[in-house]
Amino acid sequence: MTIPDVTRDEARQLMARYPKPRSALLPMLHLVQSVEGYVTPAGIGMCAELLGLTKAEVGAVATFYTMYKRRPVGDYHVGVCTNTLCAVMGGDAIYDTLKDHLGITQQNGVTDDARVSLEHIECNAACDYAPVVMVNWEFFDNQTPESAKQLVDDLRDGKQVRPTRGADAVVTWKEAERVLAGFYDGRADEGAAAGPATLEGLKLAERSSR
Amino acid sequence: MKLTPVLSANWGDERPWTLDGYGDYAAARKALAMDPDAVIALVKDSGLRGRGGAGFPTGNKWGFIPQGDGKPHYLVVNADESEPGTCKDIPLMLANPHVLLEGIVIASYAIRANHAFIYVRGEVLHVVRRLHAAVQEAYAAGILGADALGTGYALDVVVHAGAGAYICGEETALLDSLEGYRGQPRLRPPFPAVEGLYASPTVINNVESIASVPAIVANGVEWFREFGTEKSPGFTLYSLSGHVARPGQYEAPLGVTLRELLDVAGGVRAGHELKFWTPGGSSTPILTAEHLDVPLDYEGVGAAGSMLGTKALQIFDDTTCVVRAVLRWTEFYAHESCGKCTPCREGTYWMVQILERLEKGEGDAQDIDTLLDACDNILGRSFCALGDGATSPITSSVQYFKDEYIAHWEQRGCPFDPSAATLFATGA
Repeated sequence: MTIPDVTRDEARQLMARYPKPRSALLPMLHLVQSVEGYVTPAGIGMCAELLGLTKAEVGAVATFYTMYKRRPVGDYHVGVCTNTLCAVMGGDAIYDTLKDHLGITQQNGVTDDARVSLEHIECNAACDYAPVVMVNWEFFDNQTPESAKQLVDDLRDGKQVRPTRGADAVVTWKEAERVLAGFYDGRADEGAAAGPATLEGLKLAERSSR
Repeated sequence: MKLTPVLSANWGDERPWTLDGYGDYAAARKALAMDPDAVIALVKDSGLRGRGGAGFPTGNKWGFIPQGDGKPHYLVVNADESEPGTCKDIPLMLANPHVLLEGIVIASYAIRANHAFIYVRGEVLHVVRRLHAAVQEAYAAGILGADALGTGYALDVVVHAGAGAYICGEETALLDSLEGYRGQPRLRPPFPAVEGLYASPTVINNVESIASVPAIVANGVEWFREFGTEKSPGFTLYSLSGHVARPGQYEAPLGVTLRELLDVAGGVRAGHELKFWTPGGSSTPILTAEHLDVPLDYEGVGAAGSMLGTKALQIFDDTTCVVRAVLRWTEFYAHESCGKCTPCREGTYWMVQILERLEKGEGDAQDIDTLLDACDNILGRSFCALGDGATSPITSSVQYFKDEYIAHWEQRGCPFDPSAATLFATGA
């Protein structure tokens, strides 16, 4: 497999955004995932070639960061927060339920139909919405084992799924990775400004000042 | 207690993430008409302290940047919000990315930087979108670019998504990551103010710190100092999560107490009592119900034996097993230890195993001593504070809940039912 020329051009665009091109390595690895689905040897080769690094140097960086996958994940990558607060509030139960429901036994495991993969993730900065589930890094707040099962069923059935705080619909893993690489998809105006917990203090302040 | 929405004031407005919904960058225009040193002096005088956890005075940080050195200067915004419990910067950027950009314009101008970076954690897709859109709007409106706000000052801003590594919230690890390396902390000195990004003078500030600057410039030092305390002036976002009736973001003057915050947030989950809480994320030693009246400012929490940190108030009620909670945090630190320093890399690994044994009821008194000994050998012995943070939940939980550790081996298992702690527990 080789990386398409258009992707190489886009990688060069990323390099041009920084005073020193190597700063683009993390975005370039996101770009690789947006094309290949994961960090493939060909993707590592492209980064190494364009940045004048060895493949080992690129591989050393890619393997340091958990968002870079060494094997394919599903079209919809589901992350269940099992850091302490979410775990206690129900994240552990949600993760166990999804493992059983999807028949996934290992971290980053994928369903047989390649639609959904599952990862237990660390704190995703949405603790006021615990327990939290992410799909392709969009927020699904205040989950229960039942709601999470429904969520992955909908994803496997190809239904449009709407995040709690995010775009109108979840995009695919590759589409999400393209935004993270730095190629904006024009969807910022979708969705709300804030969820209810975010506005809790503001609402109270407005009520008491009236 | 009075809530004081400033940062959060427009979050309920119509499309506050757009330039139209936000405003006209009046504070940035005001700052760019001032001498840069006067802007630094203003922020120094305000007493604004870093909101990312350490509480270092923001204006002093800016003042450390050598001027006239002929090197490029950089501003890097630390938007890698990952400290367990911390959930303020992400909603801030989702609702109001322009206030961050306006703060970036002001800060960059003050330190004479022509290039700023927003290092945002990658796992928040819609926040990344909102940042990109805001930056694009700001360029189109002439707020950023070669002639920022028509003043002749040039400023470029790059939105840079990370890739999943807690350690990159540590400022020097963040710099290595931004340079395209594994995110591992650097030895200091030299400090980033002298040799930061690309070995050039660099200011690294937390999102909330930078977002607080426009209001200070617009309203002045005296206004800002009306909030908070003498040593911890201003307003801040307190993030309540866990076993609390109404979790969420509560913006209040520094120095409020948890009792006051719980009061407005509807209290601890109905039918239960407060057991333990973190004042500012998992790296700050846990506190208990006896600390409900501790002023939540840098001095007050410090005097109580913990740290204000990120003001991430994680509330756990009497259904929560403290050993389970501490084990999970320790697993987190072991997973996120970058591996550079032996005490942190090896220590967190061993502490997980000891805690696993204790939680299963297979430990003994010797294990507690070994744990505390391991903490002694990690604390202060690594390049960065990750290892220090890993010891906080352990030493503080042993201090306040030693009996609960003992109960685990006396009862040969965990005395708690994890399902009772969930939010969907029957009768919860």
